[in-house]
Amino acid sequence: MERYNRHIILSEIGQNGQNKLSKAKVLVVGAGGLGCPILQYLTAAGVGTVGVIDFDIVETSNLQRQVLFGTSSLGKNKAEAAKSRLSDLNDRITINAYPERLNFQNAIDLFGQYDIIVDGTDNFETRYLINDACVITNKPLVFGAIYKFQGQVSVFNHDNGPTYRCAFPNKPKKDELLNCSEVGVLGVLPGIIGTLQANEVLKIILGIGKVLSGKLLCYDALTNQTTVLSIKRSETEFQKVLTHKNNFHEQRFENSFGDYSEISIKDILNKENFQFIDIREAHEQPEVEGVPVTRIPLSELENYLDKLSVTKEKAVFCQSGIRTKKAISILKQNNILNCHCIKEGASEINDYIKRSHKKVTND
Amino acid sequence: MLITIKYFGSLAEVADCEEESIDFLGSHISELLDELYIKYSGLKNKDFLVAQDQELVPLETKISSKEIVLLPPFSGG
Repeated sequence: MERYNRHIILSEIGQNGQNKLSKAKVLVVGAGGLGCPILQYLTAAGVGTVGVIDFDIVETSNLQRQVLFGTSSLGKNKAEAAKSRLSDLNDRITINAYPERLNFQNAIDLFGQYDIIVDGTDNFETRYLINDACVITNKPLVFGAIYKFQGQVSVFNHDNGPTYRCAFPNKPKKDELLNCSEVGVLGVLPGIIGTLQANEVLKIILGIGKVLSGKLLCYDALTNQTTVLSIKRSETEFQKVLTHKNNFHEQRFENSFGDYSEISIKDILNKENFQFIDIREAHEQPEVEGVPVTRIPLSELENYLDKLSVTKEKAVFCQSGIRTKKAISILKQNNILNCHCIKEGASEINDYIKRSHKKVTND
Repeated sequence: MLITIKYFGSLAEVADCEEESIDFLGSHISELLDELYIKYSGLKNKDFLVAQDQELVPLETKISSKEIVLLPPFSGG
């Protein structure tokens, strides 16, 4: 086939290897900075079934690095927007878009339909969920994660190799909860790390080269230094996951997405019984203007619970929504009732307030 | 013994450098960390792994390398 000619003429791949690719089923969790290049290369390579799950929508600030999207994708679900671009890239493969959030209830069934799972998510809660679901369904996990100018890549749960929990047994504390939208990231970095992940996927399918199993590759975009560290498999960590196999479906996200109600700024802007609470650190911009806002940084939330209104509904926001969920879980632990997460981040809230004020003036 | 310590990710921000050499008299990684916790109190709030000789090792490991890497898990994507 003309399309895959440059693969087929490689003696390491050939028609036989290309057939293996066309029979393979790969699920990519997250169509963000990492997910975009992963999906792009797997689709171009002719992986027969590519799945993509993402609940999020495309925002302008994504376009600096999420290369499958353009201005015409703004406001659309990422999984669906990715599918529409990928279908144009390769119309000979099956692309399944799941416009929903991966959770303990849908992960096992979904992973069961694929051969390899790729982690392109942006939070620890989902990363641990993906690892555990991969252990339970016995699927290899191609892991990638980034921070500012650095990235990590590994292949977990492959050929009796270590799992994510063998490398990172302890779920990080609140201090590490910042993500790209809060700390920033060099646009090309997820391109590099995601492409390394796509490479590992292809190697696993084709059975060529040395897969990064039992190794954690650390890359620094500023120095071009690559450090490869060995990881040992821990039977204890492995068994811990399998112990919870039977009640896996009943679990809920602990810190992030669990027990809270999510609301939109659109629904509460002109309601008087809401107190807006900004839990970003004091230095973080932009300031939300046009409504009274109580600022209490997440790190000090527990010390300033008295600033919260007893009678009003509390609407909490941060830069992107990730820390808000942590804040809600703290508030719940302290028996503070009537708390909601605003699903939009500070910039979007500002934009919406500005737009609605303009509308009022024009009217 | 002079040991080079490399700080990855947000740890470099806590230590305000990407690597440094320190004169260390103890023998185990846990002792080295105790010294670093005194030097950089912000390190206590961080989750990180330790590697020597290109291998992730438990904290009770005896130091056998002149280079120790401290790396935090990344969550971004």
